[in-house]
Amino acid sequence: MAAESGNAPVVLDVVGLTRSFGAVRANDAVSLDLVTGEIHALIGPNGAGKSTFISQVAGDLAPDSGSIRFQGRDIGQMSAAQRARLGMARTFQISSLIPEFTVLENAMLAHLGRLGESMRFFAPVARDRKLRQLARTCLERVGLDSRHRERVSEISHGERRLLEIAIALALEPAVFLLDEPMAGLDQEGSRMLIGLLDSLRQTAPVLLVEHDMDAVFALADRISVLVDGRLIATGQPDAIRSDDTVRAAYLGVEHP
Amino acid sequence: MTPRLASTAVVLLLLAVPLAGTILNEPWLITLATRVAILGLAGVGLNLVLGYGGMVSLGHAAYFGIGGYVAGILAHHALEGHPLMAWPVALGGTDSMIVIWLVAIVCGALLALLIGSLSLRTTGVYFIMITLAFAQMIYYFTISWPAYGGEDGLPIYVRNSLFGLDTMDPMTFFMIVFVVLVIVIFLVSRVVQSNFGLALNAVRQNEARVRSVGIGGFRIRLVAFVMSGAITALAGALFVDLNRFVSPSMLSWHTSGEIMIFVILGGVARLWGPIAGAALYVFLEQVLGSMTEHWQFWVGLLLIVVVLHARGGIMGFTSGRHSHGG
Amino acid sequence: MPATLIAEQVLNGLQFGVMLFLMSAGLTLVFGVMGLINLAHGSLYMIGAFACAAVVSATGSFWLGLAASLAAAAAAGALVEVTLMRRLYQRGHLDQVLVTFALILVFSEGIRWVFGAFPLYLDIPPLLAGTVPLPGGLDYPLYRLVIIAAGLTVAAGLFQLVSRTRLGMRIRAGESDREMIAAIGVNIRALYTAVFALGAALAGFAGAVIGSITSVEVGMGEPVLILAFVVIVIGGIGSIKGALVGAILVGVTDTMGRLLLPALFATFLEPADAAATGASLASMLIYLLMALVLFLRPGGLFGKAA
Repeated sequence: MAAESGNAPVVLDVVGLTRSFGAVRANDAVSLDLVTGEIHALIGPNGAGKSTFISQVAGDLAPDSGSIRFQGRDIGQMSAAQRARLGMARTFQISSLIPEFTVLENAMLAHLGRLGESMRFFAPVARDRKLRQLARTCLERVGLDSRHRERVSEISHGERRLLEIAIALALEPAVFLLDEPMAGLDQEGSRMLIGLLDSLRQTAPVLLVEHDMDAVFALADRISVLVDGRLIATGQPDAIRSDDTVRAAYLGVEHP
Repeated sequence: MTPRLASTAVVLLLLAVPLAGTILNEPWLITLATRVAILGLAGVGLNLVLGYGGMVSLGHAAYFGIGGYVAGILAHHALEGHPLMAWPVALGGTDSMIVIWLVAIVCGALLALLIGSLSLRTTGVYFIMITLAFAQMIYYFTISWPAYGGEDGLPIYVRNSLFGLDTMDPMTFFMIVFVVLVIVIFLVSRVVQSNFGLALNAVRQNEARVRSVGIGGFRIRLVAFVMSGAITALAGALFVDLNRFVSPSMLSWHTSGEIMIFVILGGVARLWGPIAGAALYVFLEQVLGSMTEHWQFWVGLLLIVVVLHARGGIMGFTSGRHSHGG
Repeated sequence: MPATLIAEQVLNGLQFGVMLFLMSAGLTLVFGVMGLINLAHGSLYMIGAFACAAVVSATGSFWLGLAASLAAAAAAGALVEVTLMRRLYQRGHLDQVLVTFALILVFSEGIRWVFGAFPLYLDIPPLLAGTVPLPGGLDYPLYRLVIIAAGLTVAAGLFQLVSRTRLGMRIRAGESDREMIAAIGVNIRALYTAVFALGAALAGFAGAVIGSITSVEVGMGEPVLILAFVVIVIGGIGSIKGALVGAILVGVTDTMGRLLLPALFATFLEPADAAATGASLASMLIYLLMALVLFLRPGGLFGKAA
């Protein structure tokens, strides 16, 4: 299953990403790549700068320096919306959905964005068969179709996590950037999501930020470890598990 | 009451008052209803950005005023026979309502494009202050520009013409305004339910999410802002035809505040809400105004109570569903 | 154009700017610390002016009037904060705009109810009447010079307050972290009331001082309020330094624009046209300045946001 980063084409190539907040270097020259077919996990203690990294790659936060190449193009100057249209699908650490919308409307909005059809002013969106069909297909894939009429404010936390993934799928992504998709899930929910995430890599490579180490070691082809804004190791799960620096800096602390 | 029923009630009331005015031979009632319809229309414009888009614009008097001045200036030139400009193309005034409306819509949209592209770069408190400040800039400009009456304003003596109708007849003019209002509300209802409407509603609630699915929030908000300016400018043109007078007071920041009050009293993000709000405001003005010259004191107190305790406005209250407060 | 005229107008601009600073300082503190937009700040300015006028006409003493303006505006500010504003900190900006707009209606009509619709006039105290000869042959009104000095003194005092004192530390802490300040046991409610009353007192003081030059009337606060907004947009929200720089920039730009633009246009237009065009453009100048700042630095000159 594990992809060899040597052979598979590189989809996302981040070099030397640096970002400071005041005196704190949240990301210090972080370099990381993502190749076709892999799940690349980014782990590290709280406050290590993982979300900062994702936000910069997705275009929600401007880096101080460094380059981001996506499918061979330099996307450093593009807005978050432009990157999303190129197929960069992110989920948020804290569920970030449209609360007053139904599940279906949330998924439709994503398709609207991908198709570039947000500037249509007259036809009612609710009666757009094509858009509905596309949206329901994505909901089906994550097992949410039966809940498509519910308002987001009324569905469970676990269902919101799934909806985030459905929205990412709607973008027909070339890469997934998943920021702690398991956060707050119970064991049952986690197990289900692990299965779903596992299947995502066939659609597009996944950059997975996650605290649940069982999930990380079950899913990841490669793991990078971020501590205090610096990348201290990148490698296959076995190598990371036995890496002394990593054990001392991170794993050793949380998993004695 | 369902929202649909509440809307129907507003429409019926809006039609009933001028009808009563005709039957009782009290033409001032017709004029009052016309005023409600026009002020409400200005609110419909603001509602698009405030209610649906969540942008707190405190400068909509600018669009109301520019629509008013378009009507005033074009009619003035038509009446005086002076050309509006001789170069680079010869342009005269006009007393055709259709032309005036179109020019008002275009001017309102252009002004909104200009102000919007600067002010929408900011959010929150900045956005409020900036929209207010730009409206004030135009207010001062009209005061200091002497060609069209400056501070004293510009009278236009006769109403402009439409299809040979007797526009000076109060009921005829009311019906013209009513038809325009219904058309605009129909168009707005389509817009808010369209693809664009979905995106606009989403931008209000969670802009980061909208960006992450590939929709630029700025563009969505700017387009809504431009539409909003165009609608409010159209209302301004009608308002000048109603009063046959345009003055800088249309542009004062009290006007901006009042337009916002119509939207809030009626209930934000409800199609007919601003009409209900304008009706209530004009009603209070008439009733309290007949009892005390300090009626604004009581309107202020009432508004405080409404904002602190009844955030859904009339439409939210009557249809028993709470709307978002924004 | 004689140099004395230019010098006089620069001083007038400075005086105008200093007064704008007194208005803006309170607004920007309330924005920065409590996150509240207060449209009724102009009403506090008006209340200060009316309190001064009432006390002066009753006692004949300008100084008692000035003290009354501070006390009345601070009291009105504290009252409004305790009864209304407190409920608004957690609400959205829209609710803040609506309630404070409604407060303007209440205050303006209330004042008209009590004092009537006619403007009142305040005399400059005899001690400060007359002019002072300045180097270069310019005779400049003493009262305006005193305003400039008083305003700059207040500015210096505010800087000291915010950067040196315990209250100032609390204000700055409140700005960055509401929960932290609550955790270390500062009474945040009392702090907010104090900040609001302080801003109100500055506005009331400005109202009384300016009321003596112009007139004291209902609605006098709103034009100044909107100018204070322009100042804050230019200077950056929450920054006292930004408010001072912005206020002086706005004051001087506005005053000099009104002097120089008509003269500038007169060099290539007919006198009547030049006067009209120049005056119209001058009335828009500070807003164009604001647009320029927004375009270059959307967060304002000294703002935190990029």
